[in-house]
Amino acid sequence: MDITSLTIHELKDMLLKKEITSYELTKAYIDRIKKLDPKINAYITVCEESALAKAKEIDDKIDKGEKLGALAGIPIGIKDNICIKDIKTTCASKMLENFVAPYSATVIEKLNAEDAIIIGKLNMDEFAMGGSTERSAFFITKNPWDFTKVPGGSSGGSAAAVSADLATAALGSDTGGSIRQPASFCSLVGLKTTYGLVSRYGLVAFASSLDQIGPLTKDVTDCALVLNCLTGKDDKDTTSANIEKIDYTQYLKADIKGLKIGMPKEYMGEGLQTDVKNAVLEAKKVFESLGAIVEECTIPVTQYLLPTYYILACAEASSNLGRFDGIRYGYRTPNYETLKELYTKSRSEGFGPEVKRRILLGTYVLSSGYYDAYYKQAQKVRTIAINQFKELFEKYDVLLTPTSPITAFEIGSKTDDPVAMYLADICTVSINIAGVPAISIPCGFDSNKLPIGMQLIGNHFDEKTLIQFAYTYEQNTSWYKNKPELEV
Amino acid sequence: MNISKDELKHIADLSNLYFTEEELEKYAKDMSSIVEFANQLNDVDTTNVELTTSILGEYNVFREDEVKPSFKREELLKNAPEQQDGMFKIPKVIGG
Repeated sequence: MDITSLTIHELKDMLLKKEITSYELTKAYIDRIKKLDPKINAYITVCEESALAKAKEIDDKIDKGEKLGALAGIPIGIKDNICIKDIKTTCASKMLENFVAPYSATVIEKLNAEDAIIIGKLNMDEFAMGGSTERSAFFITKNPWDFTKVPGGSSGGSAAAVSADLATAALGSDTGGSIRQPASFCSLVGLKTTYGLVSRYGLVAFASSLDQIGPLTKDVTDCALVLNCLTGKDDKDTTSANIEKIDYTQYLKADIKGLKIGMPKEYMGEGLQTDVKNAVLEAKKVFESLGAIVEECTIPVTQYLLPTYYILACAEASSNLGRFDGIRYGYRTPNYETLKELYTKSRSEGFGPEVKRRILLGTYVLSSGYYDAYYKQAQKVRTIAINQFKELFEKYDVLLTPTSPITAFEIGSKTDDPVAMYLADICTVSINIAGVPAISIPCGFDSNKLPIGMQLIGNHFDEKTLIQFAYTYEQNTSWYKNKPELEV
Repeated sequence: MNISKDELKHIADLSNLYFTEEELEKYAKDMSSIVEFANQLNDVDTTNVELTTSILGEYNVFREDEVKPSFKREELLKNAPEQQDGMFKIPKVIGG
């Protein structure tokens, strides 16, 4: 058995019983990263020195019998748009290639407080804009299940690292599916929390009303363990919600008898791969056999949510990315005379094509003459969406959909046509628009042995019910136990 | 709907982005297809629908105005591409 393949809850047990040390564990990951990551390209930065030093500290604490945090000694990878003090935060962009964060994100402070080991920073689509990690300015991350396929995105490095046992768990960020879709492409559990449950302080902003940080893990128990450490009101993020802290491990119970699942028909229609459809229908039967009541339902506004998403996300991005001007931090062009030239050239040379495309679209929909037709209209459609979700949760405990209509696609196959690429986000974006939580869990494999994920959607701040459903399913199936075959 | 090269040039200027003629053509094409796709939204009847301004219904969040430690100047200047005398350095913008 290779210790890198184990889950947080298994490793925690071994660490406490002193069967292994955190140093051994961290070293095992570092060695594996050195051997395997040149083929996968999940990591932008590996924090070898600081990770090993921290591991020694934790081992010391264990030896002395000191009080330990909930993630003591566990190596965790971090998406490279989450700031860690004194470590590079690049957002996989030339713009921030040399940016060293002067502070840590709140989630990092929280992981540190729980004695986790930060093992490195993970690749992503530039500024989290994309669904394949092909838009990283540095390199393309491979899907550990098939090196010719994308790992999904934008948290593709996070998903590839956990799936290839290059980290025990990872943090990602999700603006329109960026945790859930890569989790489904790599056979992992990925959770997008309710907007406001987790502080965004220190997450480089893409679309502030949609972004959330969340975990990618090997199973549902690990998801609950990491989630426990992330939540809570933060004065540094005024959108973080002031709600009572919940111990999500209390909801790791295999019982969903009598609970109700809605299956919105709009997510099971056109464009869905047959294997994906069948896997989700199989999952439905599993839920029924475990005593849940499953009914078809409808979210009529669904077909409009993809354009709504792109209008809102790009509008917010064009505003958020205005700060990159080559003055206070980030890339500055060597060739300029006037201030306007300094701005324009720094931005044009520092940003990649997809980021520029989204800034243009965002500026367009916010510009005079178009604001009402696009941006305002999108905000109104958003209200309709929120209300339609609200109504459904009066009737159902959770909703069930595929996470992605397709499984992991060929590297290079979709990058030319922006609209075709955006269409693949259809199942996930509506969740961010409504601000509700959703979890992706493994539910099968397609005929090419590529992972399939299903998405369970919950009511605002009802992550506990998602955990309960996901855990119940996991305990009665074995998809999550499959691992990619990797030669080290 | 077609976005012309001139229109795109204006948007690019507002965005502080520069494009070559060749790039303008490609982006104009991309933008036209994305905007075309976004035009579907006009089909939704939003009469009497309020705008979403906050997901959680929060409006203003207040806190006590207390003095707390902030960043050291040197810390924040570390990432500056150019600096002088403890300040960010930019080209001259006033007068000639």
